[in-house]
This record gives sequence, structure tokens and C-alpha cells, in this order.
Amino acid sequence: MKPYTFEKAANTNAALRSKNEKAHFVAGGTNLVDLLKKNIAQPDALIDITSAVSSEIVVSKKNISIGGMVRNTALTTDKNILQNTPLIAKAVLAGASPQIRNMASTAGNLLQRTRCVYFYDITMPCNKRNPGSGCSALKGENSMSALVGYNEQCVAVHPSDLCVGLAALDAEVFATSENKKKIKIPFKDFHKLPENTPSLDNTLPQNALITHIEIPIGPFSKNFAYVKLRERTSYAFALVSVASALHLEGDKIIEARLASGGVAHKPWRWYEAENYLKGKKASAETFAKAASIATENIKPLSKNGYKIPMLKGAIETALQNSFKS
Amino acid sequence: MPEKSNYSRRLFLKTSAMAALLAAIPSSVKAFYNDVKTFILPKKTVLPVKISVNKKSYELKSDSRTTLLDVLREDLNLTGTKKGCDHGQCGACTVHIDGERALSCLTLAVMVPGKEVTTIEGLADGEKLHPMQEAFIECDGFQCGYCTPGQIMSAVACVNEGHTNSVEEIKEFMSGNLCRCGAYNGIVQSIQKVAAR
Repeated sequence: MKPYTFEKAANTNAALRSKNEKAHFVAGGTNLVDLLKKNIAQPDALIDITSAVSSEIVVSKKNISIGGMVRNTALTTDKNILQNTPLIAKAVLAGASPQIRNMASTAGNLLQRTRCVYFYDITMPCNKRNPGSGCSALKGENSMSALVGYNEQCVAVHPSDLCVGLAALDAEVFATSENKKKIKIPFKDFHKLPENTPSLDNTLPQNALITHIEIPIGPFSKNFAYVKLRERTSYAFALVSVASALHLEGDKIIEARLASGGVAHKPWRWYEAENYLKGKKASAETFAKAASIATENIKPLSKNGYKIPMLKGAIETALQNSFKS
Repeated sequence: MPEKSNYSRRLFLKTSAMAALLAAIPSSVKAFYNDVKTFILPKKTVLPVKISVNKKSYELKSDSRTTLLDVLREDLNLTGTKKGCDHGQCGACTVHIDGERALSCLTLAVMVPGKEVTTIEGLADGEKLHPMQEAFIECDGFQCGYCTPGQIMSAVACVNEGHTNSVEEIKEFMSGNLCRCGAYNGIVQSIQKVAAR
């Protein structure tokens, strides 16, 4: 591991003053320390932001504001989250282990890197780790890789469960940078597709610091579900996951939200299926049709075609569970 | 032609001598290089760290890269906490930080000051074992024992958190601790036993 200097920032200003391209913020460390050990992250300096960023969850009439330092476990136990946006708690509980959830921060969860095996294997080409070197997964071991939104440069998927819930609920990410500019990014635009810059996972300006996330308090606190399919029942990354939420009036779907993890470079919203569900009567047939719409035009990679029926089933099940819940 | 072959011979001798010299050097050069490297490192990468483990305070100098796990095992000789995968995937290094279970292999030692760390060595009350330690013995909660300190620290937290309402819940909230021997049934029973008290 390359030597780096270490500094604990007392507040956001101090943290931003020390930040540059070669200095990394560290919070929970659950992803970064691992990346340091594998020589994938090679900063000159670490800035400890655990005391600099808010760890509070604040509720207003319109939304819930979650401080960047709120630990993942707090997202699963906080009274206000369980009452207003329980989908978030459910998604977080599906990810990692209790130990990691105790350590990991909310902002760090958004910024975690892919778990693509080639990203972690420094002997192999990977455009995300080493831009221009090529994508080993494209024609290699891609059974865990993306189904949609990928290109020849990168087929990695974003590993977060929390982010799938945040995408479904149209959250917003707030950040600040050294010129004290307030940055606000809608969640759907926060993570990006590989494009020509697969080394970048998101659109957060360089050297900016996430301060908090806002989730609108909407009509999705009653009928929701999070379905995650993986290689073992717990403590594994998603092969596919689905967050669904329904705004119902009796049997009628006023609005539906559908998002997936494990299928793309970013948490993926199934807008076409959502549009189809709008105004329909909730039924097994409607849900099956929505799942078909979402999955009918997917072109898989060489080894991940098996994910398509899984995804279809997961969407159907998530919608049914949302309706029943 | 004789001249050319002569030249080749000289070149061969020269290069082979150089190669032999280079082959002999590395180990000593490597060691010297490492000494020099630690000597010329910017001083900020080695920091004074004050940490509290099992209610005892320690002052030491820690490289900014050192994990809490390595400080516990290498500097404080608290080898009860185990290094399994060292990447946060197995749970063998589980300790409590401020009363909550955490992975010491993914915790930088320089981030621990001001917090209270509890390791497996801090569970027993003198010679009297913690109820969870007793339960693991009674219920056969281990075979080889390597994952056991992590399992017990996690199990104590699992009970404290109240995640013991069903076998399914216990399994879900113990999923961060792997046991290659497969002593899971005994582990679940141990937790049920302590939770029932």
C-alpha cells in the first residue's frame, strides 16, 4: 500500500481545503480501505470526514434529509425512515452484513466502486481502473455483469442496494465544493452510464463533498417491496434486485416506481413499465405484462442471459408483494 | 572471424558477470531500500495514536495505513481477534467499537482514537466467561475455532440488538460471519440460549 498522509477534518470547510485529486475523503472505510489494500486506490492523502459531515436524519413536511455520515444501520432503524420511506430501510437491510452496515456511511454507499472481478484484479485490463486498457469482462467472466446500458468499454454494475431504493423514490443528492457552491443532483442523474469515461461512476464534480440526501415524502410508504436475488440468501451482491412501490387507490395504480440493481452501471429505472402501470388495475396479469415490457428487449452478454428470466420474475414478484403489503 | 568470436566471448563473460552481480544484489538492496524508504517517508504518515481497548488506554505510533486489526494483534498482542480474509468478507476480525460490532480489518487505526474498542479478550469477567462464551462451549458452537472470536463478538451484538426473534432472523443477522467448519447450527443454538435468559 502506498504511504499517505492522514488528517481529521473538523468541518466541511477544513475537509474541502485539503481536498484535491490525490486526496480522498474517508468515512466508513468499508470500500476504500479494501481498495487501498489492493492498490486500486492510491491517494497521497486521506481526509477523515466522520466529524465534518452531518450524521442526522431530519424530517420536514416535504422530505427526509439524511446526513452524508448517517450510518447504514441507522437507515434501517430510524423511526422517521420506517414511517415515511420504509423502502429505504428494506433495501439497506438486503445489503452487506450488520458489521459493514454499522460502519458504512450513506454518502459512501453512493460512492462505492463496482465489484466487477476484473476491477479488483490488477493483473487484468479494466477501463474503469486503468482507462484505455480494455474491458476484460466484455468477453470474459461476465455472469455478474450488466444487462442494460453497457457498452464495449465497460459492463460493470453498481453494487448498492440503498441506491436502488433512492432511485425509485426520486431522491436528490446535495454536495458542496470549495468555492462554497451548493450542488444539487437529481438521483437519476447522479450515477452515470460508462459512455467514454467508464472510470467515472457518477457526476459529482471533482473534489466536491456530499453533505446530505433528500428523499421526498410521497405516497409510496404503504405499498412497496424490495426483492434481491443472489448466489446465497444473505451477504452477497445482487445478481438482480428490484425495488417497487405503488401509489394505489383501491385497485387502481395511480403511479408506480420500479428500479433495479445488478443490471447496469447505475441503479436502473424501468420507466416504460412504470408508464404502462399508470392508471391500470392492479392484477397478476398487469404485473406480468409490466415485467415483460421491462425485459423484452434486453440483449445480454455472453454469460449473463440467465439473469433475464430472473429479472422478469423478480419484477413480477416485487409488484405483487407491493400490492399485497 | 576469429576476432568476432573473441569479442563475443568477452561480451559473454562481461554480461554473465553483470548478471551474477545483479542476481546477488537484490535481497540486500531490497532490505536497504526498505530501510531508506521508511526513513525518508514524510513524518505525517506515522502518527501518535491513543486508543482504548477493553477499557485500557494505549499510546502508540501507528502508520496511517495500519488497520485496527493489525494494531490489536501486532502491537497490543491481543491475538484473540483473527485475521481471516483481511477484506471484510468473513467476519473473523469482528470487534465492538463503541458497543457496536465492526470489522477491525477495514478500520484504520488512526480513525479509532476517542472510541472504546472491545475485543474477545474483554468479554470475560476475570476467570468467569461471558454467557455467550459458555453457550458456545455448551452448544458446540465451533469446531476448529478460528472464526469463533468473531462469531462470539457478533453473537453478543446480535442479542444486544434484539435480532433473535426467530432462527431466520438470527441467521440473517449473523450472515457477516462465515464458518468453514459449518458449525452454524450450534452457533444459532448458542444465541437462542443467551437470548432466552
